[in-house]
Amino acid sequence: MRRTACMVIVLVTVLVTGLLVGCSRPSATSAALPKPTAYGAAIVESSGGKQTAEVGTLLTQPVVVQVNDQQGNAVTGALVVIRGPNGTYLDPAAGLTDSSGQFTTNVSLGTITGRYQLVASTTTKTGKSVELKIEEIGLGYQEMLGSALNDQYCARCHNQESTPQRVSNYDNLEVKPHPFTEGDTLNKLSDADLTAIISHGGPALNKSPLMAPYGYTLSKSEIQALIAYIRMVSDPPYGAPGIVYAQK
Amino acid sequence: MRLPDRLEKLRQLFFGDIVRTFGWTSLLLLLLLAVAPAKHFFADWHRYQRGYERLISKRSDAVTLRRHFEPGIQQIWLPEMGVVDRCTTCHSALKETTLKDVTTQPYRPHPVIPHKPEEMGCSICHRGQGAATSVEEAHKSTLAWEEPLLPAKYLESSCGQCHQQDLKGTPQLNLGRQMLSQYGCVHCHTIKRPDGSVITGTDDPPSLAHIADKTTREWIYAWLKDPQAYSTTATMPNFRLSDDDARDISAFLTSSSTPASLKVVQASLDEAKKVKDNAALQTKAASLYGESFCASCHAVQNAAGNLVGGNVGPELTKIGSKAKPEWLQAWVRNPHDYDPPTGMPHYRFTDQEVGELTGFLLAKTDADLLANVHLEAPTPDQIAHGKRLVNDYGCASCHEINGIKRPENFAPELTKIGSKPVNQLAFAPGVPHTLYDYIGAKVKQPRAFGPSLKMPQYTFNAAQIDALVNALLSHDERALTMPAAKTVPALPVSHYEPAGKAGQLINDLNCFECHTINGRGGDMAPDLTWEGSSVQREWLVQFFRNPNTLRPALIRRMPKFNLTDAEINTLTDYIMTVYQSPKIDRDSMPLAGYAPGQVELGKQLYYSKYGCQACHIIDTKQDKGYIGPTLTHVGSRLTAAWIYGWMKDPSMLRPGTQEPKRNMSDEDARALTAFLMSQKGSEKQEAKKR
Ligand code: HEC
Repeated sequence: MRRTACMVIVLVTVLVTGLLVGCSRPSATSAALPKPTAYGAAIVESSGGKQTAEVGTLLTQPVVVQVNDQQGNAVTGALVVIRGPNGTYLDPAAGLTDSSGQFTTNVSLGTITGRYQLVASTTTKTGKSVELKIEEIGLGYQEMLGSALNDQYCARCHNQESTPQRVSNYDNLEVKPHPFTEGDTLNKLSDADLTAIISHGGPALNKSPLMAPYGYTLSKSEIQALIAYIRMVSDPPYGAPGIVYAQK
Repeated sequence: MRLPDRLEKLRQLFFGDIVRTFGWTSLLLLLLLAVAPAKHFFADWHRYQRGYERLISKRSDAVTLRRHFEPGIQQIWLPEMGVVDRCTTCHSALKETTLKDVTTQPYRPHPVIPHKPEEMGCSICHRGQGAATSVEEAHKSTLAWEEPLLPAKYLESSCGQCHQQDLKGTPQLNLGRQMLSQYGCVHCHTIKRPDGSVITGTDDPPSLAHIADKTTREWIYAWLKDPQAYSTTATMPNFRLSDDDARDISAFLTSSSTPASLKVVQASLDEAKKVKDNAALQTKAASLYGESFCASCHAVQNAAGNLVGGNVGPELTKIGSKAKPEWLQAWVRNPHDYDPPTGMPHYRFTDQEVGELTGFLLAKTDADLLANVHLEAPTPDQIAHGKRLVNDYGCASCHEINGIKRPENFAPELTKIGSKPVNQLAFAPGVPHTLYDYIGAKVKQPRAFGPSLKMPQYTFNAAQIDALVNALLSHDERALTMPAAKTVPALPVSHYEPAGKAGQLINDLNCFECHTINGRGGDMAPDLTWEGSSVQREWLVQFFRNPNTLRPALIRRMPKFNLTDAEINTLTDYIMTVYQSPKIDRDSMPLAGYAPGQVELGKQLYYSKYGCQACHIIDTKQDKGYIGPTLTHVGSRLTAAWIYGWMKDPSMLRPGTQEPKRNMSDEDARALTAFLMSQKGSEKQEAKKR
């Protein structure tokens, strides 16, 4: 009788410890933060902000931030931690600044269409945390379609920058169009206004005929896709009061 | 009291008489019955539906939202596509656009896509277990034969199940499919589309039958060890060969090579030698290289390390360390002599020009490339071992090699890779057990799955790997069983061949590398299917003589092939008679003689109503438009009938053109045609051209 009880107790203990060990394994692998060898006073963006990418995919350029000291000199060995809204994947999410004071991370956006705010932070000597906010834009299917149409039909006039594949026509236009990122102007136009000028050309809104009508070339859903794209990349952001950040 | 007595007492208490028995049994039954509704009450989906009702009750359009909401288990059932999806049970707001600001799952409205849930279901695109009603089972089933939900970055693969053609909204899938052909994956792995057609390569790996004429054994060795060290853009992967293996393969390839019939002209060779080490002659040769627009297809690394030039032909940065002078001068003279199906055109260079270009290219060397390669004469054993390795690694899947048969199905077929059960896969350590992680890891680092595996190492970045995973996932069981009416098949491959002497010329000049005609060819230059309706004969003759580009903003240009008058006539006649559009009667409108009033009206329309100057230049002093072709000579280039047709609907004549359709009245189109036909270019320029 006693022996049975003993065996039961042993068995239960083994089971419970087994369970506990099994459950606690995942957290054990989460990497510890590296120890900083230096501390900065400020954190600034070097490159990689304001990119657009399809949701769920890797941004084309990595995000690079720099830690500086009080005098504005780069600090090597400072700890940088980057956080993003749920679903964002950062590789790596934390690390020490390199010999030029920079920390580089590859960012994959989450699944929600919209703006993603990344927060990069570093700790100062006094233990205070200084933060830097970086914004990226995740495009859904409709905005991606709009982006492709923009590349094909609009960007040569509406984008001032030339690339090896595409020479900008912006400087050649007597009346200057607005880049689609120019929210200050474009946000004031309603969806109906945008549909009108894209479908029927500049004269539809008493504007220049240099803006041609695309209503006989693009379908209704394609024009909607273009508008969705224009709204998504506008700066300041379009629409809803305040910024809606993608989050879970 | 002893135990049996106590039990007896209990029995008495519950089942002592018939009334008690009945009472207790009923109670027990009632409890049992209550399990079902309780399970229902505590089910995931019920909790989410209550959550949804709470969420919408606070919205301003609560009444409408509540009217749309249907409680209970919902189901989309599409038997012909094998869809039984209950996802809408919890995802109640998929169609509620007014909830756009909601970011909490499962209540987000679905982002705008071209399909409706009720006609496609959910699991066709997202995978997962459509029929499940618990969160765990629906999203991340761990059962080996079932599929977890696809992460967002692989969703485009699902479009590819039905859409075999590129879609504007699926850049990743398009890239992945392009890569399967471009990087030669399909030479070793067979991939069949649902319609049975086999995906073919676009990389055109060279024949190695006469490799010893082209290059040295040392170069072959260095290339085998690391193709990207020679050219960062090389599509040949790295087989991670040991020094001995590379030595033996290079021994076998050179010893099995047979002589090609190269036309060696001593004068060209002498000239090349002169040009190679002479800075002044190099500059002169460089301008011939520029005028011949070699850079439209070939890239060269500049001093800053950037590649400048096209990617149609191989990069030439270090060509001088690779090519033998005799071979190079023969290749520049006529590449078809060495490699009949090559994409490189036969320029009609003089022997002098051949020498200049050869010398120019031979100077492009990299001293480091072969500095450490010292090979002894090969032994018969080494050659035999090299041959075995060539067989083992399936080199002949891509390359023609003397004495080696092309292996059939060298690597596993990938037609159904997108639905391969996870329990049939051998995972490398550290790779999560999902199909997409498996494919990604395999493409990224094949030998991590076992050092003896033969699949070579590519140098893909993360975005390229994701694109390939998308393309591969789209080849699944579902794609193969989808009803034909629901699918968009791949564009049929055109095997169009132009006929007769003109046909031979068109192939000799490789027009199809850049131009498409009747569905066959490249997209670097305009489609020529209807060129005969579009242009005037005299203009075409002049253009062949001196192809100055029409589009100022273009970086790639039509080269000058130095054609003879007879050749130009043959080509022009053929184009003018054969490449005619049924929609345009080229003789229906005159080329000149329009009333001045018509021309003046056209001019007004051009500048004010239609704002054509935004994209085109007519008056070189004031117009700056840089998107469409310059129109200063358009009246001596195009036919009036073509211009009129173009005014009415440009994309009918050239699908995909950037020029938007204007829905123009017949009068406006006629007036604009008259104005454009009056643009014959200045007399002086014309005279100079002749
Ligand atoms: C040939 C050059 C050109 C192209 C191509 C072009 N636009 Fe424009 N667009 C203009 C010009 C010029 C204006 C300014 C008109 C004015 O302010 O009078 C304009 C104005 C607009 C406006 C109004 C806001 C603004 O910038 O003033 C919108 C919206 C717009 N274009 C959308 C598009 C879209 C969408 C496309 C592609 C389908 C496109 N445009 C292609 C030249 C162009």
